Amino acid sequence: MSLVLDLFTMGAVSVGAFFFLARLHALTKADNLGLGLIVVGLLPQVAWPFGAFKLMAVWLIGLFAATTVSQLMARAARDAGPPT
Amino acid sequence: MTLAFAVDVGLVLLVLAVAGWSLAVRDAFAAVISFVAYGLLLALVWVRLAAPDVALTEAAVGSGLTGLLLLSATARLRPGKTAAAPPGRALKWAAGGLCLLVTAGLAALVLRLPEPAPTLAPAVVAHLADLGLGNPITGVLVAYRAIDTFLEAVVLLPALLGVWSLAADRDWGGAPILRDPRPDGALTLMARTLPPFGIVVGIYLCWNGADHPGGAFQGGAVLAAMWVLVLLAGLAEAPSIHQRGLRGSLIAAAAVFLVIGLVGIGWADAFLAYPEGYAKPLIIIIELVLTVSIAVALTLLVAGPPTRMQP
Repeated sequence: MSLVLDLFTMGAVSVGAFFFLARLHALTKADNLGLGLIVVGLLPQVAWPFGAFKLMAVWLIGLFAATTVSQLMARAARDAGPPT
Repeated sequence: MTLAFAVDVGLVLLVLAVAGWSLAVRDAFAAVISFVAYGLLLALVWVRLAAPDVALTEAAVGSGLTGLLLLSATARLRPGKTAAAPPGRALKWAAGGLCLLVTAGLAALVLRLPEPAPTLAPAVVAHLADLGLGNPITGVLVAYRAIDTFLEAVVLLPALLGVWSLAADRDWGGAPILRDPRPDGALTLMARTLPPFGIVVGIYLCWNGADHPGGAFQGGAVLAAMWVLVLLAGLAEAPSIHQRGLRGSLIAAAAVFLVIGLVGIGWADAFLAYPEGYAKPLIIIIELVLTVSIAVALTLLVAGPPTRMQP
């Protein structure tokens, strides 16, 4: 059972890290999907319940920061006009 | 070669590459961004070196707040925003030469370190229980090397005075303005929602520092970040630099440290020595006041020089 969980962790964290490296969408894919997959992958490895809650809190706050920053960057980009 | 070793080598190469990039890139903004990334990678290095306290400080103060300071400096130095002429070739060479000298000196020192390094760590761990602490880093910072922490509390003040001295005479006594001139809904939402969590995390980091990684600097940096967020979104005005409460909270840490240190001369035979049995409560008082002073000082450092200008 623990081997299955370890494999699950390795898989999810690797895919999550790929989204950080691949930068398919510059702003939020790394934070949404990448960080989310890393957190999901790490969940079986931490103490239930508080370790898990802390990890999920990290993800939620990361999501919150990412959405805010993407709004601000979009506004800055709109103000700057199309790239010349 | 184990997996951990491969990760370490990759981390070192990445740190060197990002450091090189932040030096080589021509654009000041890009240089600051890579400096922030460099600081976060360095925090990972400290985690790998089993120094989570240093990692937290590096991430919060070294990378986060220093990066923010550099960013606002970059914004002020934009072409057209400043009347000063760009530095000449001689000044650039002089600055580069001095940096090279410092780096060479540090490298020489590191290479000349005795092997194995002399350590007082076993002595610290053996006497940690006397202080009522569980985290040896906090023990060293507020007890055995309290003089260093005292000087850190003091050195924040000249740093802040340096920023304030940039203000014009007519702006003296005003309040720094950090507000985004055009309010943004997303930023306002964040500045309303995040601070309650951030304040809890900041207090937790400070309180937790007694037994686990954390402490006044890390907690103070998180609290400062929350205040900066509120100021940036324009939900609150920064206080005038003339306010007595503000100035009092700035010097509180240095003053409390000094009083406790002087009392130690009479009571425990040395400056900054804690009397027997009172170490833990005194340390808690120092840590709490230190957190407040650090939070206020870091916020005002980021907020910049005061101004009387109406936005």
